[in-house]
Amino acid sequence: MQPFTRQTSIVLPIDRANIDTDAIIPKQYLKAIGKTGFGPNLFDDWRYLEPGEPYMDHSRRQINPDCILNDERYLGAGILLTRDNYGCGSSREHAVWAMVDYGIRVVIAPSFADIFFNNTLNNGLLAITLDTTIIEQLFAEVASNEGYTLTVDLEAKTITTPKGEVIPFEIEAYRRKRLLEGLDDIDMTLLQANAIRAYEERRKAKVPWLF
Amino acid sequence: MNKTLYDKLWDAHVVRKNEDGTNLIYIDRHLVHEVTSPQAFEGMRLTGRQPWRKETILAVPDHNVPTTDRRVSPTDPAARLQLQTLDSNCTEFSITEFPIHDVRQGVVHVIGPEQGATLPGMTVVCGDSHTATHGAFGALAFGIGTSEVEHVMATQCLVMKKSRSMLISVEGKLGAGVTAKDLILHIIGQIGTAGGTGCVIEFAGDAVTELTMEGRMTVCNMAIEAGARAGMIGVDQTTIDYVKGRPFAPRGEMLTKAEIAWRELHSDPKAKFDRIIRINAAAIEPQVSWGTSPEMVVGVRGVVPDPAQEQDSVKAESIRKALVYMDLTPGTSINEIAVDKVFIGSCTNGRIEDLRAAAALIRDKKVAKSVTQALVVPGSGLVKQQAELEGLDTIFKEAGFEWRQPGCSMCLAMNADRLASGERCASTSNRNFEGRQGQGGRTHLVSPAMAAAAAVYGHFVDVREIA
Repeated sequence: MQPFTRQTSIVLPIDRANIDTDAIIPKQYLKAIGKTGFGPNLFDDWRYLEPGEPYMDHSRRQINPDCILNDERYLGAGILLTRDNYGCGSSREHAVWAMVDYGIRVVIAPSFADIFFNNTLNNGLLAITLDTTIIEQLFAEVASNEGYTLTVDLEAKTITTPKGEVIPFEIEAYRRKRLLEGLDDIDMTLLQANAIRAYEERRKAKVPWLF
Repeated sequence: MNKTLYDKLWDAHVVRKNEDGTNLIYIDRHLVHEVTSPQAFEGMRLTGRQPWRKETILAVPDHNVPTTDRRVSPTDPAARLQLQTLDSNCTEFSITEFPIHDVRQGVVHVIGPEQGATLPGMTVVCGDSHTATHGAFGALAFGIGTSEVEHVMATQCLVMKKSRSMLISVEGKLGAGVTAKDLILHIIGQIGTAGGTGCVIEFAGDAVTELTMEGRMTVCNMAIEAGARAGMIGVDQTTIDYVKGRPFAPRGEMLTKAEIAWRELHSDPKAKFDRIIRINAAAIEPQVSWGTSPEMVVGVRGVVPDPAQEQDSVKAESIRKALVYMDLTPGTSINEIAVDKVFIGSCTNGRIEDLRAAAALIRDKKVAKSVTQALVVPGSGLVKQQAELEGLDTIFKEAGFEWRQPGCSMCLAMNADRLASGERCASTSNRNFEGRQGQGGRTHLVSPAMAAAAAVYGHFVDVREIA
């Protein structure tokens, strides 16, 4: 996993609550057996005018000019700003793969759905929760300043606005460490192999029907 | 003792408490399907790892499978490849799979309980958010992402933090014609689609304990639509009677031993929950969702809401967007809404009891001419077999329904079963998100009886008035 330390980039504002993972990556793209190449299909139903299928050349599809992803102001954005309960619904990790493949490394919202939140961590995508008042402020600033960029520093746990305002954020220590170091979670758990085996022995004595 | 059911399940599965506040949690059952597993198997291959306990894994293809003629492969090459990939991965890693031609094949959350592969006291995971279903058995069951699928395969564990606990106590009796589906839709309408975020919800109270296991599974299934990590219900005689005799369940002396342990799987009388919500069962009407989130739901005698009446500006905007997508006008009576298609099935409502409830409504009736397609997709091959034994297939077919092969089908429209843009569907599934049943499709979530009634009348009707 790619470590995350610091990111400075344009902010893409999607002003909508309860964005579900079906919207982030529609089901037809879930038939893939790899983890890459989902970027062109991030928010596919919103982004293009005609329905999409995996085998299409997406660069030739007709784009929806009303969709914010197609607004030139926000092209190349690496930070997504959105509303409550982002990533609700389906557990599909494809939603995170699509965001990362598109170039998003940070997502900022007042709250996230649980499974989505775990999936971000496993793919080096930094999910930051901020108070609604700060989210409101950021939406207002993005809207009124073309080329608005934020600098997110995970080491310092801060977000810096173009005016130099520093917004601190909270993140659980283990999440921060994993993101900073880009650690392989499975390797880490396998270091506990003896503890797992010992647990299995204890458990087998208590609930033998599960073994 | 003052432990919640969740406390008991959690404590029994802690392998190790880590210094950083996380816990290594042991997983007893891992259910696998074709959509969220290929990248996990690929990861195992690339790192040269083997499953830690392959006998805990049960795999089945369900999301992509055609529900029409099974002798023909899906015409979609991507779907075909994904199905073949599951088969070959299961062969390579020696994992038990119910392949497409096996009568036990079906929706993963239907077959787990049906086989006794889901047992009380277990931790159950699957790369699917509706894994919450299995919590109906007094189990801790939750959906995971593909990275976690690989993690569980390789280590039999997950790194987790404990969630908060929420008790939803449904007191009194559900009225006639009001089902488990109406109950859970009503709850989601009350607490919202993020109401359970960060929580594990235990459902309790007379109205819940009176439900059959099928009904309990419907309730727990949709805990995720309230944002909860898991839903669960304590073990009682109903649970034990359901589990006994199933192929993967313990037998003989082992069963006797298990039964003693299972009977402890309920919250203690003095257990403390972080949040308690009380619901009056008698006040619940048959529900119909009107919007693009499961919280956008109203009783069948209600009307489509007006965003102008909503104080919260973000919510008002959500309502406005939903009404545009759904092509509905504020103030429209729910029973005036006409449907083009009807879908009965899914991990929420694809069990035998659901099919019986729907069949009872349509016996000697016909699907309305205005309804262009009415589908019944049994949750599993065994549900289908049982329904056919009871003659339900004949009732459905004579009424004008199509009787299909088991799978996820139009719940998420990954296979060929889907809505065309602008089509409106009465669906027994779990999500009414934009495009969920097909791009531009409009979903109204209802119970099986309400879906069947909508098929007959061509619009929503209160099942209590026609029963």
